[in-house]
This record gives sequence, C-alpha cells and structure tokens, in this order.
Amino acid sequence: MSPAGRELHALWSVVRRNFHLVRRYLGWELVFLFYNVINTLTIALIAFALPPADRDRTIIYLTIGALLWNFLSILFQEVASSVSWERWEGTIEYSFMAPIHRLTYLAGVCMYAVLYGVLRTIVILVAVALFFHIHLARADWLGAAMILAGSSLPFIGLGLIGAVLPLLSTERGAQATQVIQGVILLVSGIYYPISVLPGWIRWMSHLSPATYTLEAARRAILNGEGPLHLLPLTIKLFLSGLILVPLGLAVFQLAEHWAMRNGTLKRSG
Amino acid sequence: MDEGSVSPKAVAVEGQGLWKEFSTKKWVGAKRQVTRSYALKGVDLAVQRREILGILGPNGSGKSTLIRLMATLLIPDQGWLKVFGLDVIRDRQRVRRLINRVSVEASFFKKLTARENLAYAAGLYGVSNAKAQVEATRILASLGLQRDKLEVPLETLSRGQQQKIAIARALLTSPTLMLLDEPTTGLDPTSRRDVQEFVLNVRREHDSTMVLCTHDMAEAERLCDRIAIIHEGRIIAVGTPADLIASYASGGGLEDAFFHITGLDQERLRAEAEGDG
Ligand SMILES: Nc1ncnc2c1ncn2[C@@H]1O[C@H](COP(=O)(O)OP(=O)(O)OP(=O)(O)O)[C@@H](O)[C@H]1O
Ligand SMILES: [Mg+2]
Repeated sequence: MSPAGRELHALWSVVRRNFHLVRRYLGWELVFLFYNVINTLTIALIAFALPPADRDRTIIYLTIGALLWNFLSILFQEVASSVSWERWEGTIEYSFMAPIHRLTYLAGVCMYAVLYGVLRTIVILVAVALFFHIHLARADWLGAAMILAGSSLPFIGLGLIGAVLPLLSTERGAQATQVIQGVILLVSGIYYPISVLPGWIRWMSHLSPATYTLEAARRAILNGEGPLHLLPLTIKLFLSGLILVPLGLAVFQLAEHWAMRNGTLKRSG
Repeated sequence: MDEGSVSPKAVAVEGQGLWKEFSTKKWVGAKRQVTRSYALKGVDLAVQRREILGILGPNGSGKSTLIRLMATLLIPDQGWLKVFGLDVIRDRQRVRRLINRVSVEASFFKKLTARENLAYAAGLYGVSNAKAQVEATRILASLGLQRDKLEVPLETLSRGQQQKIAIARALLTSPTLMLLDEPTTGLDPTSRRDVQEFVLNVRREHDSTMVLCTHDMAEAERLCDRIAIIHEGRIIAVGTPADLIASYASGGGLEDAFFHITGLDQERLRAEAEGDG
C-alpha cells in the first residue's frame, strides 16, 4: 500500500469503527433521535402561541435554529468527546500508538461526525416537515447547503480545541467542553435574535461561528436569498474555519506532547 | 529506503540514562497537593535483535513505564532511547511502524466484536481487513479460542479470551519489536502454556525481538534469553536466568534470586523477626 493509501485506509477504519459503535448502541441512538425530534417539535410549537400572521415564519425561524444547533452540536460533541471516549474505553494508547498521522485519525473522527450529523438532521427535518406541513417555496436550498458546508469547518476546529481539554485533565476537561457548548448555545442566537442578549455578553455572539451560520441559513430559507447574496458570509465562515482547523490541530498536537510528558494519556495510574 | 525496514546491524532497543518522574495532583480541602514520584531513575538497557528480554520487578517498580517509553507513549524526562537505531521521540512515526504492544488490560472497544476490533487494528496498520481476519482466525485457533467467540461483543468474553485476542491483534501487524506487558496475567495454566508456546514460535518463525514484563518466574525462565530485574526505577541486575541463579541463589531457583536481588528476602526476614518479637 502506498503511504497515502495507507492513511486513507486508516481514516476509513476510524469512520467505520464509529459506525460499528452506533450499531451496537442502536437502542440509545433511537431514543436520542426520538428525543431530538420531540424537542424540535416542541420548540417549533411555541410559534402557535403567536398571532396567525407570524406563525409560519416563526415555525421556520425556530426550526432552523433547532436543526442547525442539532447539527453543529453533534459535530462539536463528537469531535470534542472522541478523546474522552477512547480514554474511558481504555483504547486511547492503542489508537495513539498506531503508525498513522494524528491528522488522519482526527480527520476520520471529523468525517464520521459530519456524516452522522447530516443523517440525524435529515431524519429530524423529515419529521418536522410531516408534522407541520410548512411551505418552503421561497427557500433557497443551494444557499442553505453552501452555508452548512461553510460552517462545518469552524465547528470542527472548535471541536478539535475542545477535544484537547480531556487530554490535559481527565475529568475537568470533559466538563469544560460542556460549558463551552452551553456558552455557544446562549450567545449564537439559536432561538432568538442576538439583539435580545444583554450588552455584556453580546460581544461573544460575534465570536461564535454559529451566529453567522444561523443568520445566513435564515436568510436563505426564510428570505430566499441565493448563493450569490450569501457568498460574503460563507467566505467569512470558511475563512474562520481555515484559521480554526489548523489552530485546533496544532493545539491538539501540543496537548498530546504534553500528555506524553505527564503521563495523562491513559486513564488510571 | 522503505520506512518499514531496519538496518540489520542495529541493536533492537538501546537506551541510556532514562529518568521519568510523575506528579499527581489532588485537592486536600482547599489546598492543592502535588506529589512527585520517580518511576525510572536512570535506566540503561540494550536488547539484542531476536532476543527475548524479560523484565521482572515488584509492583510499581517501573516496568510498564519502561515499556511505554519504548512504545512512544511517554517521553522520558532525561536520557535517550532508540528502537533499531531510531529515536523514539524524533523518529516516533517510523518507530511506530516497527512495534506493537500487548498491555495488561486488553484495550478494546468492548461493545464491538473481536472481528470489528481487528478490522480497526488492521486499518490503522495498513493490513487489508480480509487478510487480517483470516490471519487472526488462524492465530486464535492455535491459542485455543473458538471461532464463534469472534462474533460476539468483547465484553462478553473472559479476561483470558480477551487477552488472546489482544495477542492476535498485535501479531497481525508483524511487529519487529513486540512489547509484552504481562501478556499471560489472568490466563489459566493451559492458555498460559499456549501463549508461551506461541511466543516461542513467533520468535522462531519471524524475525522479531521481544520485551516481556511478567510476574511469573517460570514463564521468565522458560521464555527469556536474558532477564533484567528492576526495582524502584533502577535496573539492578541483568543476565541469563542461569547466570542470575548462579550468582544470587546457588542451589535455589529464579524466585530466590529475585528475592535476593531486590532485597525483599531481607525485608521478609526483618518482618518475620519483628513479628516474633
Ligand atoms: N501516568 C502516570 N501518572 C502518575 N504516576 C504514574 C503513571 N504511570 C506510572 N506511575 C507511577 O510510576 C510508578 C511505576 O509504575 P509502573 O506502572 O511503571 O509500575 P509496574 O512496574 O508496571 O507495576 P505493576 O507490576 O503493578 O504493573 C508507580 O509508582 C506508579 O504509580
Ligand atoms: Mg505494569
């Protein structure tokens, strides 16, 4: 096998391993999916408390928030928890001792996260569409897809940075990733415009890639703005990804080196 | 040069002045307490090509730490270590192509079947999955594990069965240097025999070198060409089993030599004396 072929083979085996795990935890997967669908529906149902004139628009507004948050948090969570998961299973030393580039391993984790996130989001989308019979005639799906692709990168970058924390400190690291996710949820305007946030936290909204993703997705689906209109925002997202992904990788490698010095790679002494 | 090949003259493992200190932090009330302890205190070692070197030592003496340094999982604080002439830090990636490790705790995805775990391993080491499965089935048959055990989640297998799969997984990748950290701990006498036979076979058939940590004196005597005795982070004796016995326990066995070298016989005598008085 050529060196590049070997790395690709390894990347695929990481993706496959994770899908094998999904299959083994199928019961839980179905339960979580069920909960996700219900959660999305209940959020969208809030719109029915509003006057009929605003209803349709609000349903879509809220659904976009719920779906995107669902997708982005899967990305973040899968990537960020990859290390703590392997540590918990006791496989981390095995995986990290393998003769592959760390980039390959992480790319495998990210690729799985994207595939898995897309699959779950589609299921929820179908459920919501069947439940509400919403009209999306104005939506520009190409624009929406472009935004989704653009926003994956910065979220993977954030996930990589989040994945580092459990390498540094077993328990506190995993706790910190939860806190980070909570803050992103608060400041990114998932279910409300960021203008409603108090001034002292609003500045954080501008740092979160999710803020731009949501804004752009809503413009595409609610206002039917096409790819051309959304290009500047997409480029912004893409560029933030171009900074965050290499930054995440570099931080990851530094943290791995630190863990190898301090003996924090494995779970127990 | 193919990155998998090694210079035929190189010593398999060579290290000098290896120190490793760990610090563990814990909170006592509102104060953070850092305790430091040395796992290795200036270890020198050399393992010749095709040799099986045994490492014997009491619990916590630094055996697994030493194995982890060779496995590129830990970085020493001081000293250097080379595997087939390649530095374990600078040439980490190339060293990784040459080694594999079987650890005490079988490190698997326990919800996955052995086949699924082996597929993952094969992927990481650039072995085709089909080939890996056939090879693993053959190895496991010779270790006395039934085929159907490969199809069920690993958590349903006994520790010894898991350990056999770990050994098969390591051998799949044909490592030039095999690191065995207590591979037979937890195995029944027959399985232990099977694994030992297998290790000797592998060494005969493949061109591999092994470093073996064990607490089983008979196993060390049976498998190892040389034995290094490590105590409190220092290698305090090295030699063939016969040499060690001759120098430290003439008339006795390896166990007597071990107790003598580590000073544990003295401690035991003292404890007995105190117990009497
Ligand atoms: N990652 C780590 N973090 C903190 N301390 C560690 C770590 N790894 C090892 N130690 C400490 O270093 C010392 C040597 O441990 P090591 O695991 O090398 O012993 P060992 O000889 O393999 O023991 P055993 O026979 O029980 O397997 C022990 O005191 C242990 O507590
Ligand atoms: Mg040990």
